[in-house]
Amino acid sequence: MTAVISLPASLDEHTFEQVFTDLAATPLGSKVLVDARKVRWASPFGLTALLCLPQSRPDDTMSFALPELHDTLTYWQRAGFVHHAASVYELHGDVPRQRAEHERNVLLEVTPITESDDVHAVVGRIQQKATDILHGQLHLDAAVTGAFGMTLSEACQNIVEHAGMGGWVAVQTYNYAKTLGRRVVQIAVCDAGVGFRRSLESSPSHRRSDRWGDASALEDAVVRAQSRFRHGDAGRGQGLAGIRRFIGRWNGKLSVRSGSARIVIAQGWDDDAPMTEGLAPFPGAQMQILIPERLEGAAPARPRGAASSTRTRPAR
Amino acid sequence: MTMHIDLGTVLRGTVCDLYSNLVTRPTGAAVRTAIERQVGEVGIPVVTTIDFSQVQLLDFSCADEIVAKLLLQYVDEASPRGYLTFRGLADSHLDPIESVLERHGLALVSWHEGEAELFGHVDEDERMHWEVVRDHGPVSVSAAASILAVEERHTGDQFTRLAKRRLIMPRDDGYTVPGTVRGMS
Repeated sequence: MTAVISLPASLDEHTFEQVFTDLAATPLGSKVLVDARKVRWASPFGLTALLCLPQSRPDDTMSFALPELHDTLTYWQRAGFVHHAASVYELHGDVPRQRAEHERNVLLEVTPITESDDVHAVVGRIQQKATDILHGQLHLDAAVTGAFGMTLSEACQNIVEHAGMGGWVAVQTYNYAKTLGRRVVQIAVCDAGVGFRRSLESSPSHRRSDRWGDASALEDAVVRAQSRFRHGDAGRGQGLAGIRRFIGRWNGKLSVRSGSARIVIAQGWDDDAPMTEGLAPFPGAQMQILIPERLEGAAPARPRGAASSTRTRPAR
Repeated sequence: MTMHIDLGTVLRGTVCDLYSNLVTRPTGAAVRTAIERQVGEVGIPVVTTIDFSQVQLLDFSCADEIVAKLLLQYVDEASPRGYLTFRGLADSHLDPIESVLERHGLALVSWHEGEAELFGHVDEDERMHWEVVRDHGPVSVSAAASILAVEERHTGDQFTRLAKRRLIMPRDDGYTVPGTVRGMS
């Protein structure tokens, strides 16, 4: 018998929780059909997390029913999802012929990340488009481009350095109707690997406490910049701290889900809970970084290095 | 003796001839190892300048591997390695560099359009003393104390501290900023 997981019409980090719940309730060894026929839209988080589902159950046969809506399917095709889905799922549905057109709001198609060379490749690829989209479409200061590339690099490196298996990255802009009512750019980096708790537990300096779990592991990594490599190398663990500074400067949002917990670092415009526990367990780490469009008349980005003792370099 | 190391050239010669971005920790470690090898082959120069002009993107991992770990070698008391300065630092490089400097309690001297800049973990009094050396060097302890209107002993202590951190260097009975060309203050 095949267990069917029906996807919601709109797939983002919130609605995906139902997918995690349904999958957790499905016994290992089952045949699973992920039914996307009624899906109209998916965020980069939705697309990359979908590719992690089969990785979380490597011994199971997982099938995928593609969206019936033509526009949705062709978009997913151009965003790179369908090509990679074919390598991890048995696909059902008509796959449209790949065309050379590019989607205007796709900075980076769904891309696998396994090793450091992959990180170099994605950073190199987005640089050309990043200025056009971030500055041209979202009206962010030109200075965002370098910081954006750096953030993307650090987010992807978490897969290479900690996941123990490959993962996925995608970067797109879309209209964030909920809460904001304006366009955002989202970096989504997802894997089904080791996860934060087990990664930190592997450090020789790790000391387990009564409250140790997925939530405290996320706090240690995201808030306190802990890393399994910090023992003996004081410079480790700075990637997530750098991502936090980036979203702080550009009025953004960071959310990381790992195991059964999810942490959110956000500015005033978002009402997500800072920490959610007791979620349906899912291995690995699923991260998303959101930067909103800057509206005319809005305050500029916060200056960098507010806490540093370094003097501000004079304008050139 | 001075030595100039172009990071873009090292990156393309060491890791991949297509790369112009310093990203990922393995890349940073490979570039740092290549720099250490170059310095070792030449013998220990007095001032080694790391040039970032050809680097487009720098992430935290590479900043830590290249900038922080090299600086840690230079400020090690047992190290005979001379002085390390930087040039070609764009504004986009400063975020990751300042972050790693703060993490390790380090500071560095950078040269930009003929002027020396000090970045990283220094308190205001250290910075004031360093700026006197930058603006008036080579400058003696007594002259600097007079300029700052502080006790000579205090300036002597600060100069000793800054010299230990390799942010100033002794020259002509006084101190100067590493990388300063003789005859120019």
